[in-house]
Amino acid sequence: MAGLEDLYREIILDHYRSPRNKGELETPPAHKVEGFNPLCGDEIVVYVQTDDDERIVDIKIGGQGCSISQSSASMMSGAVKGKTIAEAREVMFAFKGMMNLHETSIGGDGSESDQSESSEPAETIATAKLKLGDLEALKGVVKFPVRIKCATLSWNTLDQVFDEIQAAD
Amino acid sequence: MTDLPTTDLPKTLDVAKIRADFPILQPLQTASDGIERRLVFLDSAASSQHPTQVLDAMNKVYETGYANVHRGVYQLAERATNAYESGRTKIANFIGAPEAAEVIFTKNATEAINLVAGSWGRANLGPGDAVLITMLEHHANIVPWQMLAEEKGFEIRWVPVNESGELILTDLDRLLDGVKLFSFTAMSNVTGTLTPVRQLVDAAHAKGALACVDACQAVPHLPVNVTEWDADFVAFSGHKMLGPTGIGVLWARRELLEAMPPFLGGGGMILNVTTDGFIPDGIPGKFEAGTPPIAEAAGLGAAVDYLSALGMDAIRQHEIELTAYAMRSLTEALGEGLTIHGPSEPAARGGVLSLTLDDVHAHDISQVLDEKAVCIRPGHHCAKPLMRQFGVSATARASLYIYNDRDDVDALTEALVSARDFFAL
Ligand SMILES: Cc1ncc(COP(=O)(O)O)c(C=O)c1O
Repeated sequence: MAGLEDLYREIILDHYRSPRNKGELETPPAHKVEGFNPLCGDEIVVYVQTDDDERIVDIKIGGQGCSISQSSASMMSGAVKGKTIAEAREVMFAFKGMMNLHETSIGGDGSESDQSESSEPAETIATAKLKLGDLEALKGVVKFPVRIKCATLSWNTLDQVFDEIQAAD
Repeated sequence: MTDLPTTDLPKTLDVAKIRADFPILQPLQTASDGIERRLVFLDSAASSQHPTQVLDAMNKVYETGYANVHRGVYQLAERATNAYESGRTKIANFIGAPEAAEVIFTKNATEAINLVAGSWGRANLGPGDAVLITMLEHHANIVPWQMLAEEKGFEIRWVPVNESGELILTDLDRLLDGVKLFSFTAMSNVTGTLTPVRQLVDAAHAKGALACVDACQAVPHLPVNVTEWDADFVAFSGHKMLGPTGIGVLWARRELLEAMPPFLGGGGMILNVTTDGFIPDGIPGKFEAGTPPIAEAAGLGAAVDYLSALGMDAIRQHEIELTAYAMRSLTEALGEGLTIHGPSEPAARGGVLSLTLDDVHAHDISQVLDEKAVCIRPGHHCAKPLMRQFGVSATARASLYIYNDRDDVDALTEALVSARDFFAL
């Protein structure tokens, strides 16, 4: 059975206690999207500023949430800052893969998505690890299906910011 | 219980005896830390558990008397109809309704309020009108009005609340100017605040407005008498008062119901249908289109019997005492870092404790509590305007009922202390 230490790894608590890139950016030039978790009322605001090459020159996170959503947002900001939107989307893809949220498992009720690690192709795990770094610590969330939404809130919001930026181009 | 001699002393609840009636509270639960523990269920404000008496009443319908209600002439159909209608009569008696036909079965309280909005509201509200609600409301008593206002162009006004979650009534008369309906909760599902129902109803009537009471949290926990309230509409759900899901109630005065157009159309709600149109049935049938929740009505009737046998006064007394104990022990154990939202006086509130704890998020608190088989609810409790006013996005809510005792409160307190220590900044 999954214990609390699977969920609340030290690095998660660290990001929760001292969130990175917390704050706001002026819009415009930055783009801003608010994300809601209707289940628990958490609200997150993601600000992204890109340059002409769609490189993320700055990212800030606002709003409030639980340790999982806040630490995920904090780690996300660090992981995508300096990358292009295309590169950041790769990280996002890897992250959602870790949350078992790829097309094959999407639509499941959460319990279905609790697949064991060994069923994943070794290659996917290796490339995901490479891209995710600290974010790996959130892997334990998969064992607590109701918390997956907390972990992915900031990523879904970031996805929307990217769509807005690209639509505005 | 019914053969107890009646005395003037308020009955007290025998919680151990009550717990024995609830199968779900019996087995030790394997908590997520792998240890077997007694289930500490503190989420009855969301939905309550069921005594065997309720489960048996529903099973009995399925095993001995199930068929569709009304219209059938065979005996089975008659038995099902009797079970369904006796549920209605029991509810009517329980809430002091003048007649059973004024009790409309709905899916839940949400549908009951939507019925008021969709039928009475659609026929009576337009530009220049206003509906008054309060900052304490559940989304079920907000969104139906917002949806209708978009369509009909009337104004929605809000009675403000103070920091303790109590209504600020100093401006009530001015707020009621031009209002056609005042719709408010009798008890907040976030703060437990009890509102002065009769006073609010009188204020509405004095200004020519109707009064609709969201009694979803009141009917399960307090003695409620709709006639003494002098209300026009009263809505509540079966599943928060030991009954099953899928059944709720709208009570309204006969004249109002008779004047209102039907809400949903279909079978069961008509006197006649031709190619030219239809004639609606009388009440309650007019508002019960389609096959209703039959076994559920029998179950809800049994729930009402169970509550009545305990006595609503005794239930209220039990909850005041347990709330006082909980507020005292939580404050002692957690001190400054703890906020219990809502009125500080236990007698002024129901047994709903919305907590915030230092900087520990409600979601994280609930996760740690789940380790110890303590079930509480994190979130906005479908009352986002109120949460926004309190400046929080979520609280951890523990709610008390007839099967909770001091041991449950102690388990909650202990678990909260360990949650705080776990997340200590
Ligand atoms: C005060 C109040 N009103 C309305 C509702 C809605 O009840 P239901 O979801 O059963 O329709 C609730 C339930 O959470 C409530 O607490």
